[in-house]
Amino acid sequence: MAATVETSGIAPVGRRALRAFLRNPTAIVGSLFLAFVAMLSLMAPWLYPEDPLSMVARPFLWPGQNPAFPLGTDSLGRDVTAGLVWGGRISLAVGLAATCLGVSFGIVVGSTAGYFGGRIDNLLVRLIEIFQTLPSFLLLVVLVAIAQPTIETVTFAIAIVTWPTVARLVRAEFRTLRERDFVTAARALGFGHIRIVMLEILPNALPPIIVTASVLVATAILMESALSFLGLSDPNLVSWGSMIGSSRELLRSAWYLSAIPGIAIVCTVLSINLIGDALNDALNPRSPGIE
Amino acid sequence: MASPLLDVRGLSVRFPTGSPVIDFGFHIEQGETVAVVGESGSGKSLTALAIMGLLPRRAAATGTIAFRGVDLLALPEKERRAIRGRQVAMVFQEPMTSLNPVMTVGRQIGEVLRRHEGLSSAAARARAIELLDLVRVADPHLRVDDYPHRLSGGMRQRVVIAIAVACRPSLLVADEPTTALDVTIQAQILDLLDRLRRDLAMALILITHDLGIVGQWADRVVVMYAGRKAEEASPHELLAHPVHPYTRGLLAASPRLSAGANYRQGPLEEIPGTIASAAGEPGCPFVPRCDLVQPSCRVAPPPLVELGGGRLVACPIAAVPEAVHAS
Repeated sequence: MAATVETSGIAPVGRRALRAFLRNPTAIVGSLFLAFVAMLSLMAPWLYPEDPLSMVARPFLWPGQNPAFPLGTDSLGRDVTAGLVWGGRISLAVGLAATCLGVSFGIVVGSTAGYFGGRIDNLLVRLIEIFQTLPSFLLLVVLVAIAQPTIETVTFAIAIVTWPTVARLVRAEFRTLRERDFVTAARALGFGHIRIVMLEILPNALPPIIVTASVLVATAILMESALSFLGLSDPNLVSWGSMIGSSRELLRSAWYLSAIPGIAIVCTVLSINLIGDALNDALNPRSPGIE
Repeated sequence: MASPLLDVRGLSVRFPTGSPVIDFGFHIEQGETVAVVGESGSGKSLTALAIMGLLPRRAAATGTIAFRGVDLLALPEKERRAIRGRQVAMVFQEPMTSLNPVMTVGRQIGEVLRRHEGLSSAAARARAIELLDLVRVADPHLRVDDYPHRLSGGMRQRVVIAIAVACRPSLLVADEPTTALDVTIQAQILDLLDRLRRDLAMALILITHDLGIVGQWADRVVVMYAGRKAEEASPHELLAHPVHPYTRGLLAASPRLSAGANYRQGPLEEIPGTIASAAGEPGCPFVPRCDLVQPSCRVAPPPLVELGGGRLVACPIAAVPEAVHAS
């Protein structure tokens, strides 16, 4: 076999990062828990085919009191387990969809600003700053209050308040990457702007974007829960936040009704943050302990 | 007489803070190798970027750069882009950073073929393997799937050259292609460029600060100083009878070429001062470092004097034959 020369520098992201990721115990714990939640959510229609909002038993059954309802029932006799499983669907769907939307828009704006610079950059940075100076949760509440509180508008509103973070990050990455020699070399080959952005710069900017996206999923889940807690989310759907919201007056008598969905939110957000941390380590070529 | 392949005339590059290239010109015929020699800051790399149309946005280029009779500076960006990489290509100085770290070398070679020749990805890959073989990379069918970090500096420079010649350009601009490499690899890379020049019938502009490689590989040498042409000659004449005081100083400062002298017989000559010392002065930029200054040198930069045989010198002492051969 021909001897290869291993020099310092950025290795291709793919395989090496995956190996580093799988060697990290927190990454394994996070991924396993998230996979468990995702599986339960996906299987909700088969596990609990009935509407989770329908009254199925005597109200205020405590967890373990009736084996048919392992996590008990709420003040209206609705199955908490069914609500938890169906609520997970909403939380994950909103988290993922809002992040995808926000990240895509952030990449478009950030790459345009960072790559072209000059007047376009100035204009787009002002736009980003307008959004960043507004308190994001307040903006979210206002947006949802103006529009009808459906799952789509909630998702869209969360995307609107999260894209500036991504745009700023992408812009900074593009500004440094566009000065690199291989970008000049690509220009010397007669490549157009789109080819240079898509082939040369974006793949090199992906690691920090992926890490940020993983954290944004957690943030989006929290935002959706907070909106539901305030009763500003879709009233026809169960979500973890709305479960806590509807049982907050019973905190002293039936605390389990708030605690169970609360634990679900904490564990899911924590596992996503663990994954984000591990991705950060795995994708950062300068982090210690990797080759 | 047919017009030359590339004819640069009166090229000036201006930045808001100064003009690193002033009224520079040279030409290159089909299949010829022209070396552009000068120290750091002489404007040789900016000249290369101006030919490629890759100057920074703050820079403005004036003059003409005629390629096959078409002035590149007057072309719209879209048409220039179609010429770049296809008819005029460039090899950069630093092979460690001029390849994209997250793309296999095969894809990087293939991408330029897909851009300019519209090849499918399978055809581009096959051509990439052929090109790796052409630039003498061992086991091209294995290397084609390697990422740049698995290759040594010399190998990477070969890949960079393969990308540059992929579309069989008629002009290759090599900006210090060997500066970042070991001496042994340098000769291999220059040999490779020379062989490709012959096989693909391309003209080669070799930008360098190393007079040692000029004699062996160039057909003509252009010496650049502070953005102007100081001297132009065949390498043989230039090395044997340098005229311009700057060229003489450069040769005296080269260990390999100062006949008989080596480090043990005394220190190397040096040219006092720096290239920036005459910035903003009206006269010849070499005045502060020159020991043959005449009154006229301080008034205006001396014009290029034709000495016969295609030889050009921008110095008044060139008109005085005794002075030329005195040293």
